[in-house]
Amino acid sequence: MAKYVGTSMKRREDPRFIQGKGGYVANISLPNMAYLAIKRSPYGHARIKKINTKKAAKLPGVIAVFTGQDLIDGGVGKLPCGWNVPNIKVPTRWPLTIDKVRHVGDGVACVVAESAYIAADAVDLIEVEYESLPAVTDAKQAAEKGAPVVHDEAPDNVSYTWGIGDKAAMEEAFKTADHIVQLDLVNQRLIPTAMEPRAAVAQWNAATEDMTLWTTSQNPSPIRLLLSAFTLGIPEHKLRVISPDVGGGFGSKIFHYPEEIITPWVARKINRPVKWVSTRTEASTTDSQGRDHVTHCRMALKNDGTITGIDVKTWSNQGAYISTFAPLIPTALYLTLLSGLYKVKGIWGEMVGTLTNTVPVDAYRGAGRPEASYLIERLVDIAARELKIDPIEIRRKNFIPKNEFPYQTPVAFVYDSGDYGALFDKVEQMANYKQLRADQAEARKKGKLIGVGVAGCIEASGPAPSAVAGSLGSAVGFWESAKLRVHPTGKVQVYTGSHAHGQGHETTFAQVVADELGVKPEDVEVVHGDTAQIPFGMGTYGSRSISVGGSAIVRASEKLRAKALKIAAHQLEAAEEDLVYDQETGKVYVKGSPNKAKAFGELAFAAYTAHNLPAGLEPGFEETHFYDPANFTFPNSAHIAQVEVDADTGEVKIQKYVAVDDVGKVINPLIVEGQIVGGIVQGVGQALTEHGAYDEHGQLLTATLMEYAVPHADMFPMIETGRIETASPHNPLGVKGAGEMGTIAATVTIANAVMDALAPLGVRHIEMPLTPEKVWKAMQGSK
Amino acid sequence: MYTPTFDYYRPKTLDEAIALLGKNKGAKVLAGGHSLLPAMKLRVAQPAALVDIGRIKGLSAIKAGKKEVKIGALTTHAAVAASAELAKACPILCETAAMLGDTQVRNRGTMGGSLAHADPAADYPTVMIALEATMTAMGKKGERDISAGKFFKDLLTTALKADEILTTITVPAYRNFPNMGGCYLKHRHPASSYAVVGVAAMVGLVDGKVGRVSLAVGGATVNPVRCSAAESALVGSAPTDDAIAAAAAKVAEAIANPMSDLYATADYRIRLATVMAKRALMTAAQRAM
Repeated sequence: MAKYVGTSMKRREDPRFIQGKGGYVANISLPNMAYLAIKRSPYGHARIKKINTKKAAKLPGVIAVFTGQDLIDGGVGKLPCGWNVPNIKVPTRWPLTIDKVRHVGDGVACVVAESAYIAADAVDLIEVEYESLPAVTDAKQAAEKGAPVVHDEAPDNVSYTWGIGDKAAMEEAFKTADHIVQLDLVNQRLIPTAMEPRAAVAQWNAATEDMTLWTTSQNPSPIRLLLSAFTLGIPEHKLRVISPDVGGGFGSKIFHYPEEIITPWVARKINRPVKWVSTRTEASTTDSQGRDHVTHCRMALKNDGTITGIDVKTWSNQGAYISTFAPLIPTALYLTLLSGLYKVKGIWGEMVGTLTNTVPVDAYRGAGRPEASYLIERLVDIAARELKIDPIEIRRKNFIPKNEFPYQTPVAFVYDSGDYGALFDKVEQMANYKQLRADQAEARKKGKLIGVGVAGCIEASGPAPSAVAGSLGSAVGFWESAKLRVHPTGKVQVYTGSHAHGQGHETTFAQVVADELGVKPEDVEVVHGDTAQIPFGMGTYGSRSISVGGSAIVRASEKLRAKALKIAAHQLEAAEEDLVYDQETGKVYVKGSPNKAKAFGELAFAAYTAHNLPAGLEPGFEETHFYDPANFTFPNSAHIAQVEVDADTGEVKIQKYVAVDDVGKVINPLIVEGQIVGGIVQGVGQALTEHGAYDEHGQLLTATLMEYAVPHADMFPMIETGRIETASPHNPLGVKGAGEMGTIAATVTIANAVMDALAPLGVRHIEMPLTPEKVWKAMQGSK
Repeated sequence: MYTPTFDYYRPKTLDEAIALLGKNKGAKVLAGGHSLLPAMKLRVAQPAALVDIGRIKGLSAIKAGKKEVKIGALTTHAAVAASAELAKACPILCETAAMLGDTQVRNRGTMGGSLAHADPAADYPTVMIALEATMTAMGKKGERDISAGKFFKDLLTTALKADEILTTITVPAYRNFPNMGGCYLKHRHPASSYAVVGVAAMVGLVDGKVGRVSLAVGGATVNPVRCSAAESALVGSAPTDDAIAAAAAKVAEAIANPMSDLYATADYRIRLATVMAKRALMTAAQRAM
């Protein structure tokens, strides 16, 4: 039936992006616009003794200088937390800090000037007198006695603790285990590096008292809500938030940031349009970051490789403030994934969320799930080696069998569907796994360090059933909205609450609508990002757009089809149940008489002329649906990589990478492959090169792209991808998320490959990133 | 990423440029701008004035003679990488230029700019040390030649005076000599692509034995160094794997006060220098045959 769903249509948004014609926030230029710059802390932790803004204010071209206190006096509110686990302490966060600076990059004052250059000069003229304080940057050390206190509101630096699983079953498993694998590991801090840095432009209309804010957001409606209800105080109906083309987010543009409060506040104050654009260094020191866990974990097994227990304790670094969804990531998106692909009874996980003198940490592509996959798949790999079982064989032994779905794990989730055996069959065959092992044995004889890494990973994507989210601490619901407006000529506009910042929704959603209504994709336009146009929408993150946003579109389409049938039945003088809606052509006809059909365009036109509608049917042809998902979806993957480690220098070279993923039904294979490959590249970045590193004073050592190493294209062979499709029963499209699976699986696949290469030297584990020096030192240590 | 305010001059002649440098205290010469402008945008460098020499004619020619090659200081990395003349006369320069930065940097950045900036992680300085290049500078009092060994003075510091401009780099046309080979290897920083360690090796063979060798290591110290102990150990031997390994093992002797950072400690830089010296010498020796 599907004509467009399942086909690799080229992305319709690409011509404008690759020709430099995208419309980004930084491109916006308004008459009489002024430019905002923020004075930021050079200290990791310091008390503010005095702020002198006189020199800055006197600089020609400076319009005004404001401190944090000025903003508070002017009515701004504290930044709220949107995910409140039980007994959480959410310390005060003002848009600009007033008492102490708590991380390098913390904002203390702002300047608005006639040009961006003058604003930058004026920022240098603001004099802040600090009293330097000792800093703490490590997630676990922050919770130790005597650690410097980041907020007086949380004197032990602990924001929250959380636990999940069956502790008694876990303890029993370890008591009766034949073999226990113990591992301490660090999942290092990552700095999200979207191509486009954050930006905001605000325009105040003093006549109507309307504010328009353009901001680089993955979810403009929730940002408008937070601005209205908590931070800016302009009511929702007088505040329009527009998130236009956005050049990448990876999670970092979900959250509510100080600059999107300050920019409109200043615009209203000076009654001029105001623009703020982040520099790359500001991005590194203010965009919420990712990962940063310290973990002790262990796995209980029988001698035959059966996993009986998993026990995890993690300290999660939340940074200097609790970012919008920070507590969600290491709780309901991390500890709930500890079952992996495996049938294990005795799972227990606990979490301590700590405050430190670092940039806040929140969701970053994968968000909790890569951290879970990393520890499970490292433990399984070490277990395989210690028990002398092939790493794929030990995994197969523990898989949840395909006939046991839906499967209830001991850590809350009910997995929807999967066939992990078939997944591994396919990846073994594509990678020629047996040959890889034979080649490895040959290479080892010649003294070469070749490693083959395997990982099988699970993801919970498409958040979330709103009631479940609410019970876990969410302050919001996680449904999605879609409004389908059919014009009198039959052309369709889709107003989606999802937001695209690289995902290709304009193409994918058009494919879905085309098949739902029987129209051409080019007759469907997807509109997103403008709160004045779209219904309230929850936005894009957690690989939710197609499973939640796409499902809303399907449901709205069904309502349109139902209305079309009513009109057609009336005009064809037939009963609705005798009609066929042909979704390939958009024609409605009486069963058996396709020649006497009403075309989609005719029905749309009829709905608007309203000359001949059934009695009581309202004119017009548009429908809205708010879709609340029944469950998460559970994409899964099997990846295999072959690496060579340079025996002299420790450099890692990826020779082969094969990925097989089950992301459910696929709407656009081209886009999904791009998502998977891009995700893999990002995951490899964590394994090999990326690390947001702080020194003991809270100085970020990797604040520019001269130090922070995102992966480069020349690190990669051609990545081979394959798919199996087990449709998710939880949504009408049968889809699962595809945006994060690559990232979740790639990190541990590469780490396992490197450890496999070094196994003959007795190296068991090296903390990421696996830089040449760390690998080389581990090799020396093992001699 | 906004520079502080500065004056900007675009002279048409070298004399005019030198006069401007003399007149404006703290002025910096702007060539390709790929080191200077990022530093200014980070406000690490705040020169009061820039003297843009980009429009001065005659500073970007490559002239290959039988014995030596003269390269104008404004020659871009891309032009060096693609030069057929250099590929014949002094191919190590093409090899180096092709590894430098990325396409944009290679299209804008210049050889003279890179040398005058004297970044410890730059590639050209190491190669110039190995090639025993000569730098020609023009100042108020006229032209003077500075040998590569005396050109690099310290971190980001050269022998150039504030009102001198590097105009020409002269290197031997070694490929015209019998049995000479060269090789440049670098270990790229994964973020910046600058050399964490770069090694340049030149090997000349006489009757199958190493007649002359020059080996330079950059990135490990503030300025690149010649590895004379390693060189002496190799001269007179056949370039066997063992002989080269034994020579490379002496590279560490040349590296006093190695640098250290988050990515590579001093120990690891020495390790890289040793391994890469061995590999560069082997390749250079093969190319000499």
